[in-house]
Amino acid sequence: MSAPEKNIGDILLKVENISLSFGGVKALTDISFEIREREILAIIGPNGAGKSSMLNCINGFYHPQQGTITYRGEKRKQMRPHEAAKQGIARTFQNIALFKGMSTLDNIMTGRLLKMKSGLFTSAIYKGPAEREQIEHREFCERIIDFLEIEAIRKVPVGRLPYGLQKRVELARALAAEPTLLLLDEPMAGMNLEEKQDMCRFILDVNDEFGTTICLIEHDMGVVMDISDRVVVLDYGRKIGDGIPDEVKSSQAVIDAYLGVQH
Amino acid sequence: MAFFFEVLIGGLMAGVMYSLVALGFVLIFKASGVFNFAQGAMVLFAGLFFVGFTELGVPTWLSLLLTVGVMVLLAVAVERLVLRHLVNQEGIILFMATIGVSFFLDGFGQTIWGSNVKQLDIGIPTDPIFLMDGEILIQSFDLWAALVAGTLLASLVVFQKTRTGRALRAVADDHQAAQSVGIPLNVIWIIVWAIAGLVALVAGVMWGSKLGMQPAIVSLALKALPVLILGGFTSIPGAIIGGLIIGAGEKLAEVYIGPLVGGGIENWFAYVLALAFLLIRPQGLFGEKLIERV
Repeated sequence: MSAPEKNIGDILLKVENISLSFGGVKALTDISFEIREREILAIIGPNGAGKSSMLNCINGFYHPQQGTITYRGEKRKQMRPHEAAKQGIARTFQNIALFKGMSTLDNIMTGRLLKMKSGLFTSAIYKGPAEREQIEHREFCERIIDFLEIEAIRKVPVGRLPYGLQKRVELARALAAEPTLLLLDEPMAGMNLEEKQDMCRFILDVNDEFGTTICLIEHDMGVVMDISDRVVVLDYGRKIGDGIPDEVKSSQAVIDAYLGVQH
Repeated sequence: MAFFFEVLIGGLMAGVMYSLVALGFVLIFKASGVFNFAQGAMVLFAGLFFVGFTELGVPTWLSLLLTVGVMVLLAVAVERLVLRHLVNQEGIILFMATIGVSFFLDGFGQTIWGSNVKQLDIGIPTDPIFLMDGEILIQSFDLWAALVAGTLLASLVVFQKTRTGRALRAVADDHQAAQSVGIPLNVIWIIVWAIAGLVALVAGVMWGSKLGMQPAIVSLALKALPVLILGGFTSIPGAIIGGLIIGAGEKLAEVYIGPLVGGGIENWFAYVLALAFLLIRPQGLFGEKLIERV
């Protein structure tokens, strides 16, 4: 339901001819696509299609053997995850990666680490100015907490939260970094209908209010077709579709991949 | 009664020495979820370098500084050569790696500096102090050890509250997530191992002054294990409290229960205490209790 007047900008990230393999297993073969500013791009495909591998390449967990990724006009060679984070790429994980011993608020505060000016070494020695800084960041985190409606669980250790709320905290932590590009790996997996609707609303709101570019992986086709501006389809590590939801829905290759081909 | 207090105080002071070793374990465990088997070897390694430098005629303060340098270099080397290649691996694999590091340090230190017992005297007074009209005797060395441990504890607790401390906790909880919020794993690991190296140096100097610098110090690491089980693997104050309880407990047990069972309790009492704790409170006195959803 992307409104036609939505202001989609220039290319933010361009993936060109990416190939990735683990030993003899080819995870991705010659993938190219682009993500434009302020759009919501969904990557879909059957299990094992290479969707998560693709996200892992973008934020630097994996280093593809071939191909280039151009981010904000800058072609990058090998990038490590913390460098990607520094450049404004935040993400969530398929199997929730939260700091389980910490409270919701502390988790979200870790998302602000990069925004804090005092360095890792200096703040280890002297914490005066760092403390003042903490207060500012706390305010920002509180705004995100309001935004995602998780006020009630602020102080609860996240290990105790139900799955749906953990996913929301993970999103909150990613948002705390004020990302330019937000990568969401199955943000709605394992959720009930109501939780899914909430999550959809949050994703659309983030995109709308902060102008954050979002690239997400999702299996729920209803959700994908509803919220994304464009859809990239992967199957066995190859790209078999790329276009607006309606185009993709009617593409024969995509239907074959999902329903199987009759021989 | 005075005798009881003398035993108690003597035990607490011995416990402080265990705590010094245990602190190093806690630091690395907190920051990477790994039980660093090499901590005991690091204590010997640091101690050997320090003694070695002083024996070459280097002044004490400079030897200390040089050894700090060696431990930082060691931290960098461990990160480069071992940990970097094991990012996102299971804890058990990292644990195995630390066993390897332990053997290496044990051998390497002795290859350079020899394996005979070395005297270490950095001028810590060892004369006894008498309290309560001479009824209670305390070694002044033990008081110094307590002072050193206290200072170490205070600075580490403050360190935990800083931004770096938060980053360390994050890394301990989840490598992937920590990287994705922009924490450079390798820098964190170097910081942690360097700090654990400094703690090992302090422990090495104190133990070396007490017993002489000798390879047997490595096996002291084993005494840190019950201390950690008692105090909790993730708690810095826990390492101190655990050490005190173990130290006092084993001395008191030796003196008061020992005669009933024919003595020799001191050697195994700590482990029995730890075993009992594992049954009652597996996370230790101050450890984090993680709730697993199933």
